[in-house]
Amino acid sequence: MSVQPNAPDGVEPTRFEFDSESEQQIATILAKYPPERKASGVLPLLYVVQKQMGRQTGSAWIPRVAMDVVAARLEMAPIRVYEVATFYLMFNTKPIGRYHLQVCTTTSCWLRGSDDVTAACKAATGIRAFGETSADGLFTLTEVECLGACANAPILQVDDDYYEDLDGPRTEELIEALKRGERPTPGPTIDRLNSAPAGGRKVLVDDAAHKPQGQG
Amino acid sequence: MVKVTVDGIPVEVPAGSSALQACEAAGKEIPRFCYHERLSVAGNCRMCLVEVSGGRKPVASCGFPIGEGMHIFTDTEVVRRARRAVMEFLLINHPLDCPICDQGGECDLQDQAFGYGADHSRYRENKRAVTDKYLGPLVKTVMTRCIQCTRCIRFSTEIAGVPELGGVSRGENLEITNYVEKALTSELSGNLIDICPVGALTSQPYAFTARSWELRRTDSIDVCDAVGTNIVMHARGAAVLRIVPRINDEVNEEWLSDKGRFVVDGFRRRRLDRPWVRVDGRLQPASWQDAFSTIATRLKNVPGERIGAIAGDMCDAESMMALKDLMETLGSSNIDCRQDGAKYDTSRRDFYTFNSGITGIEDADALLIVGAIPRQEAPVLNARIRKRFLAAGRGGFPIAMIGAPNADPTYAATVLGEGPDTLAKLAAGELPFADVLKNAKNPMVIVGHGALTRPDGQAIAKACWDLAAQVGAITTDWHGFNVLHTAASRVAGLDLGLVPGSGGHDVAGMLDGGVDVLWLLGADEFATDRIGPETFVIYQGHHGDAGAARADVILPGTLYAEKPGTYTNTEGRVQEAFRAIMPPGDAREDWRILRAFSEVAGRKLPYDTLEALRARMARANPVFGQQAWTRHGTSDTAAPQAGPVAVSADPFRPVIADYYLTHAVCRASPTMETCSGIYVHPAIEAAE
Repeated sequence: MSVQPNAPDGVEPTRFEFDSESEQQIATILAKYPPERKASGVLPLLYVVQKQMGRQTGSAWIPRVAMDVVAARLEMAPIRVYEVATFYLMFNTKPIGRYHLQVCTTTSCWLRGSDDVTAACKAATGIRAFGETSADGLFTLTEVECLGACANAPILQVDDDYYEDLDGPRTEELIEALKRGERPTPGPTIDRLNSAPAGGRKVLVDDAAHKPQGQG
Repeated sequence: MVKVTVDGIPVEVPAGSSALQACEAAGKEIPRFCYHERLSVAGNCRMCLVEVSGGRKPVASCGFPIGEGMHIFTDTEVVRRARRAVMEFLLINHPLDCPICDQGGECDLQDQAFGYGADHSRYRENKRAVTDKYLGPLVKTVMTRCIQCTRCIRFSTEIAGVPELGGVSRGENLEITNYVEKALTSELSGNLIDICPVGALTSQPYAFTARSWELRRTDSIDVCDAVGTNIVMHARGAAVLRIVPRINDEVNEEWLSDKGRFVVDGFRRRRLDRPWVRVDGRLQPASWQDAFSTIATRLKNVPGERIGAIAGDMCDAESMMALKDLMETLGSSNIDCRQDGAKYDTSRRDFYTFNSGITGIEDADALLIVGAIPRQEAPVLNARIRKRFLAAGRGGFPIAMIGAPNADPTYAATVLGEGPDTLAKLAAGELPFADVLKNAKNPMVIVGHGALTRPDGQAIAKACWDLAAQVGAITTDWHGFNVLHTAASRVAGLDLGLVPGSGGHDVAGMLDGGVDVLWLLGADEFATDRIGPETFVIYQGHHGDAGAARADVILPGTLYAEKPGTYTNTEGRVQEAFRAIMPPGDAREDWRILRAFSEVAGRKLPYDTLEALRARMARANPVFGQQAWTRHGTSDTAAPQAGPVAVSADPFRPVIADYYLTHAVCRASPTMETCSGIYVHPAIEAAE
């Protein structure tokens, strides 16, 4: 896989400006660093850019002109921002769909059926391979490494939300809901609270344990 | 000093040294790719692995600090195996295109693969391929060859001061790039070619020209600016094919400006390779005898005060000495080496040289630059200022500039103002920077030709000197008054007295009919259209440029590559260049032309050999007898003469309009033409 970091010709906007919501976030972020070390804020600022692009254009990505704006704001060389933005795969340096479907295919998820999740994503969106965007521009499918939620494998991360304990049909349902403009509640898609055992408690099921002592 | 043992050899190295430096002190060569002694340590190629006593695994010696009593082993089985493994990894993705690679023969990877490479590859997968990047007209990229040592990133960030290169993406996909398709905006970009250990960055103009083992190497001195950069001319047959820097820590370390490096393709173009004489308004080819007798005939009955001579910016000291002697025998005191009209008080040498020295910059702790843009006028010297700026840390080396408000000097500099009035305010203590200079132990003042070429240049020089003396920059062990020259021949010219004698005309006085006969020694950088229409012009030089176009007689001279010569840099350091190639056609060494003509004119100059001429130079000024330059101070703080013109309020103007086209040789160079189009006149280029 060879990644061409630059966006294709023609999609790069000619200018970028922070909106007032972003400016508020930036003020909070930069307050954390001494003024002469404000370059440390490059990661959160790039994230602010990506969020703002998502709000404004429906595609959460970081155009190069925005990296230049970040560089100017943090008084660092633009190339240093390009380096950071292209290093982290969570930053999209190309436009993506409105919903970013990130399938974890690392060992735990794969053992628990991430192949079915991937297949369902492809079937529901018409995407043929990882890295592509669906024809309607709604979905981009990405393969990601471990999301750190192995207890709820397999996982599909949609933008910032984790949808857990998926299988093929439930994944298709989820995508259909997204297509209708709904945002189903994130978390497990089966009868389960967070990472608690599926179908109720498996341990500490005697009477004493039913009445916990000392804490609520 | 710390005592360590390298392979049983005890050595003492300064505290804070790395294991690699200790190994070098012990005479052990450590293979390396990413480590470069003038750059920060990256430690990412892993080729320099050694074993250290008490360590469980090999360590990268370039970044490993030594400790007292440490034992370092550079040649154990573990080390050898580790280096072989690193080499195997490096070669996994490196293409086998050495036969078509310009780095072949001088490639670190090739050389070290000889020592540590395996005889076959175990790798069966596809090699990775990387798209080539555009870095401008000088540096050619073949990025598939890149081994990601990051030397180029560190060079552009640290030395050149243009952080435009970086590594984007990661892992298998890591690419060295500028991300934007834009030419590197550095006057030192050619050094990337030297610094790259493989063939990823090579010279664009030199591409596929020659193999390194075919070249004949001759030590020389760069004359494109007044830094006196030490260079090596690489020649094959009758042509110099490329110029690379030579290490001299006191002058250029190991850097060379782009102009000095890439001007080489101007050496063979637009050359004057035979004498010409103007007959009936047209220049006709002539023999040396015809040319000489034409001049001698014209000179007859012309009184000495109606004869003048101007020496150009690239002349060697020998030819200028011969020119001055010739003018003296002709009875003329109209001689000048200052085409740009700069004003100096030449009564003392420290009034017109860079007295702190280039190495002195590293001891300075405050700097004021007046009417100079060192980045363009002396890029290598500017790199030294930046080096000092970085070494001093945040705020440790305050720099202020007067003039040049729009130039990016590559270091943080406060622009105090644009004209001499700021200088007056500084002297009066009205600006906070005055206290900075006063409190500094070794303050430096650099005066450039943006100030000195004005009519009030001498008055400004005096004001700068006064300021320097006032802030304690001129003491017996520190001399903080510095003149930054732009012409390579200037200091030697002033040393030899190529300034008008009493009653003599300067350049402006010789124009507009001020003299009847004008001898131009490689002089093109003045208003040649202002030479009087009746003036008989002799142009002695190597390139057909402004001077030759106006000439009545052309005498073909030699380039700096074609003659042994002595050059004095802006510090006043006398350096010798050797002949790399023979001049083309009938061209002759310049001092020999002057000597030969003097005989035809019946006023024979008293030297027949280069040695005799150099002895004459040493008599004219003892500095030419001694080759070593030493840092000096002075107890005499008497200021230079202020000159007749009072200081005016005009802002300082840059002296270099186009860095890439400052003299006749670069105007003949297609590479410099391209650079000028891309860097200096991008709008014109785009319109075409």
